[in-house]
Amino acid sequence: MAILEVNNLGKSFGATEVLKDISFSLEKGESLAIIGSSGSGKTTLLRCLNYLETPDRGSIRVNGEVIFDAANAGRMSVADLRRNRLHFGLVFQSFNLFPQYTAFQNVVLAGELLAREQPDYKANKKRILDGIHENGRKLLASVGLSAKADNYPHQLSGGQQQRVAIARALALNPDILCFDEPTSALDPELTGEVLNVIRALAARSTTMIIVTHEMQFARQVADNVLFMDKGVIVEYGKPEDVIDNPKQERTRRFLENYTNG
Amino acid sequence: MLDIIKVLISGFGENLRIFVLTLAMAIPLGLVITFGSMTKFRPIRWITRVFVWVIRGTPLMLQLFVVLYAPGLLFGIPMRNRMMATLVAFVINYAAYFSEIYRGGIESIPTGQYEAGAVLGMTRAQIFFKVVLLQVVKRITPSMGNEVITLVKDTALSRVIGVAEIIMVAERYTKQGLIGPLFSTGLYFLLFNGLLTLALGWIERRMDYFRA
Repeated sequence: MAILEVNNLGKSFGATEVLKDISFSLEKGESLAIIGSSGSGKTTLLRCLNYLETPDRGSIRVNGEVIFDAANAGRMSVADLRRNRLHFGLVFQSFNLFPQYTAFQNVVLAGELLAREQPDYKANKKRILDGIHENGRKLLASVGLSAKADNYPHQLSGGQQQRVAIARALALNPDILCFDEPTSALDPELTGEVLNVIRALAARSTTMIIVTHEMQFARQVADNVLFMDKGVIVEYGKPEDVIDNPKQERTRRFLENYTNG
Repeated sequence: MLDIIKVLISGFGENLRIFVLTLAMAIPLGLVITFGSMTKFRPIRWITRVFVWVIRGTPLMLQLFVVLYAPGLLFGIPMRNRMMATLVAFVINYAAYFSEIYRGGIESIPTGQYEAGAVLGMTRAQIFFKVVLLQVVKRITPSMGNEVITLVKDTALSRVIGVAEIIMVAERYTKQGLIGPLFSTGLYFLLFNGLLTLALGWIERRMDYFRA
């Protein structure tokens, strides 16, 4: 069974239809790259999955459970919304680290706040927090930033900030980790360190959806590639098919901008 | 000479009393007004913004008279306590100004901060208090510092409704031909504002450890 099923998703901003009837699915451990020019709707799609936008049509299932259905979107309680969105993690283009917290605090903050809602929090406070902190240290180590744990975001390079942001998104152990152009805000010499972290996650079979402009990277890391244009899925398949031998004219035209450059 | 200084100091005590109590009440009340002016519920937002417009658009001196006389004229319950009237007028006036500073600060925080908190499962209250608030405080501290220093000097306005603050008590000496005490009141304001400037600088440095 697919871990994620997106069915007939549609979203308009005013008169502009940004997503038209988007359907796809994702297997556990799969990494999916979404490519397409700006304005194609790929970021909006990620934002819909993370409940930052509410789709007008369609439904989303995770592990077979309907976590969003446009037919009764208004009826979801705040508690359900919070629980459902934890199926997903999101790494932003602009990192969005919390500036007043250290790298380590950024990673553990949300976990600490969520832990307070556990019924046994008061009784086992120390053990629960120790576990969260232990996990936070491991995650920072896994993105190569143990030495920067006590640094504040402004003391880190863009690449380091993005690696902290990845550790932060992993801390809540999401089923599906989403990346929204994770290297687009970085200087070219800093993209490598972030892409390497994502590569390592793919090697460990982390389920991921990666919106990216890095074609080379998508070809290496993604199990499947999805090309979007003007709010529809134009082409979907293995990277060697979609990127190297695109069937659709629109895909070819889009990819020419990358091969010629 | 020493007697005059004693009188002036006790007068300045009134100024300080207005200052401290106004700040203590206007800082939290301002936040309530901010939420009113930012709510999605239009009638509340509209009422709040008209209220802020009226308070900021009319002289504080006039507001002092209104607070002193209006309860008696409109409801037959005269306001006998002049200090009370002063505090009501000052708290409302400064809360309105603070609310606009808060609103500017809150609206200046990038939406990415809210979104990052939201995708990490935080509640709206957690996002506000754990993520946004300290960044807002850091951003608004310089503007708040300006208002706070203006407040120190504005306390002298309370004399128009008969509070025996420092300039009022000093002016009495001019009738005895002594102008020195009146002029010297400036030193009290200067000294106190000097201390405040140091304190504000200390607060700003306390938040130097992060950039927002």
